[in-house]
Amino acid sequence: MKLLKNIAIVFVAVTVVSLNAMAAGAAKHPEKQVWSFDGITGHYDRASAQRGFQVYREVCASCHSLKYFHFRNLADLGYGEDMIKAFAAEYEVAGDPDDYGDPTTRAALPQDVFPAPFANDNAARASNGGALPPDLSLITKARHDGSNYTFALLTGYSEVPTGHTNPDGTAFDLTDGKYFNPYFKGEQIAMAPPISDDLLEYEDGTPATMDQMSRDVVQFLTYVAEPKLEDRLHMGLNVMLFLAFFTLLAYFSYRKVWANLKK
Amino acid sequence: MGHGPAFEPKNGAVKWFNDRLPILSLLHGALGPGYMAPRNLNYWWNFGSLAGLCLVIQLLTGIVLAMHYTPDTLVAFDSVERIMRDVNYGWLMRYMHANGASFFFIAVYIHILRGLYYGSYKAPREVLWMLGLVIFLLMMATAFMGYVLPWGQMSFWGATVITNLFSAIPVVGDSIVTLLWGGFSVDNPTLNRFFSLHYLLPFVIIGVVILHIWALHLPGSNNPLGIDAKDDADKIPFHPYYTTKDIFGIGVFLLFFCAFLFYAPNAMGHPDNYIPANPLVTPDSIVPEWYFLPFYAILRSITFDLGIPFTDIVFIPAKLLGVIAMFGSILLLFFLPWLDTSKVRSAKFRPTYKILFWFFVVDMVILTIVGGKKPEGIWPVVGLIGTFYYFAHFLVIMPILGKIEKTLPLPESIANPVIKAPQKGI
Repeated sequence: MKLLKNIAIVFVAVTVVSLNAMAAGAAKHPEKQVWSFDGITGHYDRASAQRGFQVYREVCASCHSLKYFHFRNLADLGYGEDMIKAFAAEYEVAGDPDDYGDPTTRAALPQDVFPAPFANDNAARASNGGALPPDLSLITKARHDGSNYTFALLTGYSEVPTGHTNPDGTAFDLTDGKYFNPYFKGEQIAMAPPISDDLLEYEDGTPATMDQMSRDVVQFLTYVAEPKLEDRLHMGLNVMLFLAFFTLLAYFSYRKVWANLKK
Repeated sequence: MGHGPAFEPKNGAVKWFNDRLPILSLLHGALGPGYMAPRNLNYWWNFGSLAGLCLVIQLLTGIVLAMHYTPDTLVAFDSVERIMRDVNYGWLMRYMHANGASFFFIAVYIHILRGLYYGSYKAPREVLWMLGLVIFLLMMATAFMGYVLPWGQMSFWGATVITNLFSAIPVVGDSIVTLLWGGFSVDNPTLNRFFSLHYLLPFVIIGVVILHIWALHLPGSNNPLGIDAKDDADKIPFHPYYTTKDIFGIGVFLLFFCAFLFYAPNAMGHPDNYIPANPLVTPDSIVPEWYFLPFYAILRSITFDLGIPFTDIVFIPAKLLGVIAMFGSILLLFFLPWLDTSKVRSAKFRPTYKILFWFFVVDMVILTIVGGKKPEGIWPVVGLIGTFYYFAHFLVIMPILGKIEKTLPLPESIANPVIKAPQKGI
């Protein structure tokens, strides 16, 4: 019987390992980066997220919406009330109809959502060669290993390597108007390389390298996708400590009660 | 099983009330010192109360979530994001509810496997076992409909795939699908009825849980030895012995639950469900939640028609056969008390069954892995073998093994674990 058990264990190990080895995906897996928000003491790097907001505003926002991000949320990134009002006021949004029922516009307020670059999906497609730039509010949660993926995608553009093939072995053919990016599903993407060195000038004077800007915008987008991360980790630590103590007490109570039972 | 001390309240007012509505006596007898349980229950017996705890967590968080959620295809996704961002502790409620579903299934799967290992389904506990399976089926329906509510890509496409299964049923299949959808595709009426039923079914589950506990308390709990608890020496009052043990179990369970809840709240979900539902874009691969994967693997492993070989005659098309296999894999368990012919309950005294039990667990793990993979390459073959073994375990191994297995001698009693002489017929 022991032999039978050992055979079973070996069988499972071999099956699981070999089957997983065969299931290799088409796109390249993103490399793991070091992020301030990782781990049980994770937190958002305010300075980086503020720079990331600048990258979003000056680069990404021309194509990508951020529909769950309100100007008021900037308070979480360390902006004061007056600055948030000033930021919002730079944008124009639809207002209530006037007394004659005609549409109006007004300056944005802190409670408004960051305005989308296009009126609707069709307008977005028409301006982007038929491709729809996705909303970025949840991008780091809507992709597997999202923060690392977004960073890898932004920094992963290159020329098509010579002799590159598709997963099925056929020759890789880059469609007109698309760009090679090994991290994107299918390895070609309609988005032109969005970030390059010194594309913008950071307000805090940090050198705007491609790596730095990508890192900052991922910091910002991770915050937008999971704004309550810091609350969650903070509460988590307290809850875990309490539970560990509670469980220990429960264990000793249980042993104490059962000690009477031994006959 | 015998009853413990009767409930005799010392407080006059409590006695007055209990004489008029003996609900306190009922609780005393069901979950208090009045319920006498075998003295040798091990930690695997903790998972019943843990499943109960999960049910309570799901109900409480679910009721709060329903206050803020809007079941309308245009705003359902937005309303969930609003819960995550703007509702006080909304993120906590939603992550508790989503991870609570997974942990509910973890607790219930361990609870079921414990029943399989120790033969808890055998006489006189057949109805208890069947009520448990009814709870399991209701949980699956509730969880499936709950996963549709956020109206993400996996919600929509999961709903499309699973509801379409019913179209395989001859004659009435298409009508059933139309009824489930409330129209001719998965759309707003589908979301509305799923929300309504998702809120209703948990209360049905509570009702069946009460029946499950009722059916448990007539014969009393099974135990690791699988022999009947005989006299008072074999039994101890549920309270304080098992209440304290259950509270310790709850602490350990919550530590695991909170580790996921606070540090990896999306680990058991699929990233695609953070993309709003889009009927025009099919996801790369449509996978259900992890707890459905073994049954999803059984469904997909059947890719052949059942008919007369080398002719065009088909009795059962592949799609229907797959659906029959999937539902059959669970309905089969209702007959387990009679499929298992062994007179010995516990695997402790069934050396061959003990090994084959673990083979079955391994088969379920393999089916879970297969269910999560795209049906390409070697996976469909592995799935088919796994499916075949699943049915063989219950339909071939269990009936035959019970007849031929040489079981070990059973002890005299729980309190006196002396091995008695081997008896005829055991």
